[in-house]
Amino acid sequence: MKIKLSEIAYARSGDKGASSNAGIIFTSEKIYQWALENLTVNVVKKHFKSIVHGEVIRYELPNLLALNFILGDSLGGGGSESLINDAQGKTHGQALLLLDIDLPKHLENEIN
Amino acid sequence: MSKIIKIANGQGFWGDSIDAPVNLVKEGGIDYLTLDYLAEVTLSIMQRQKLKRPDAGYARDFVDLVRRILSEIIEKDIKIITNAGGVNPQACQKAINEVACELGYDLKIGIIEGDNIFNEMDTFRNNHNVDFKNMDTGASFDEIKDKMYSSNVYIDSFSIAEALNKGAQIVLAGRVSDPGLALGPAIYEFNWKKDDFNLIASGTLAGHITECGAQCTGGNYTKWKDVPDLYNVGYPIIEMHENGFFAITKHKNTGGLINRETVAEQILYEMGNPKQYISPDVCVDFTSFTLNERNNNRVEITDVFGFEATDTYKVSISYFAGYKATGQLTISGPDAYEKAKLTADIIWKRLEKAGFIYQKTSTEFLGISSCHGEISPLPKQINEVVLRLSVKDDDKGKVDRFGKEIAPVITSGPPGITGFAGGRPKAQEIIAYWPTLIPKSLIKTKVSVS
Repeated sequence: MKIKLSEIAYARSGDKGASSNAGIIFTSEKIYQWALENLTVNVVKKHFKSIVHGEVIRYELPNLLALNFILGDSLGGGGSESLINDAQGKTHGQALLLLDIDLPKHLENEIN
Repeated sequence: MSKIIKIANGQGFWGDSIDAPVNLVKEGGIDYLTLDYLAEVTLSIMQRQKLKRPDAGYARDFVDLVRRILSEIIEKDIKIITNAGGVNPQACQKAINEVACELGYDLKIGIIEGDNIFNEMDTFRNNHNVDFKNMDTGASFDEIKDKMYSSNVYIDSFSIAEALNKGAQIVLAGRVSDPGLALGPAIYEFNWKKDDFNLIASGTLAGHITECGAQCTGGNYTKWKDVPDLYNVGYPIIEMHENGFFAITKHKNTGGLINRETVAEQILYEMGNPKQYISPDVCVDFTSFTLNERNNNRVEITDVFGFEATDTYKVSISYFAGYKATGQLTISGPDAYEKAKLTADIIWKRLEKAGFIYQKTSTEFLGISSCHGEISPLPKQINEVVLRLSVKDDDKGKVDRFGKEIAPVITSGPPGITGFAGGRPKAQEIIAYWPTLIPKSLIKTKVSVS
């Protein structure tokens, strides 16, 4: 089933120097397991290609059914030196939730 | 039953709700109120205020708040832990004392000093070989040493406990870590030791969850439609137990929402490597604990794992980094986006023709792509767009010249341009942030209560 990531996840983002982080929390253990396989660094890097100019790093938090992505060099310089509207990456979590995904049929009943 | 203490946060940053702390004092049933007034660049603003006026350099808002809540915090014995002292805790203490005298109260105020190392930078460099290189980029401190505005160490939370131990009702800390404001009271109440790593980690996690105020109680939450009465959002209250078990709650008759996701979102906020969250007091493993959602806006957390802190403190240095200005115009009607692109082009070319080339420029289209770049497809019909142009340069005159080039395009560009309110954009100083480290052995904090 083709859906947006927003149907199976929650997200929040903020700044880390000249980079931002986007934490993403999944709605169930099964969805989290699917995300471990499918929400890879490469998928996220491609999604953010017009925003993220540095490295993408992924960390796993199984206790929260969550992943944390560091989006390298995504703030136009970072902090008060940045000239861009979203200088702190506050909206990058919402941007991640716009990702198009193809959820396997057996996980469809996990969507609330 | 063992002792439980209730620690609330009523202020997530300088500029947060002025009524939230008052509501917590009136109705929260709390023992401690923490208030965070400092962001990374706030201290530099305070440092410059102090240079102009020796009795300035702290959060004035806090003094106004004390006036509103003093009688009640004394009556209920609520203690306040705050970094409102900024770079001048003595002046802040004096201002609060004046309010207390005026209202007829005898108040014990604790001050924590030692975080402000602005005047000792040369000593640390020359006598102790501290290089102060940028911990993110590795850049040399020489780049900014003549442009420094402020320099403050994120000190540990045991100094807060010491101030409480000496009987302070209000603790004015300078640059303690944000989670430390909540950890300090727990250390004091439960007599936690430096090597009680798991307990210190619990207190640090609790403080991390609450440090941004309503961001863990339904603010900025993905499923915002599920959050009732955000206008009356409750600010967070930690129920901390002696064994490190704690709950995040809010008080009755408030809006907002506390569940697994509102709390987990805030746990991930501004997170780096979750296995190693470094505070001045401890390293916390954010992949260790268990989070349990209960009914009635309550989340409980157990089994937080911590390990020994590093032997350095983080230092927050601010410095002058040139000037910037931003101008906006609203462009409407047929082909609004095309016209906005032309408008930007006209302004940049006029500046270039006049001989003004900038170190850095930015062109953004608000309503179309400023937040999410190319992630979201272009809307089919764009009837209005806000054009946002910005420049950065070390030359203030050049930045001010940019500000004069915005308005002319209203009568000499494409049709349908408006929204040029508030006059010409003026050059603003850029105060930049330089994170670095210093050995803990070089920092001596001093706690005094009077």
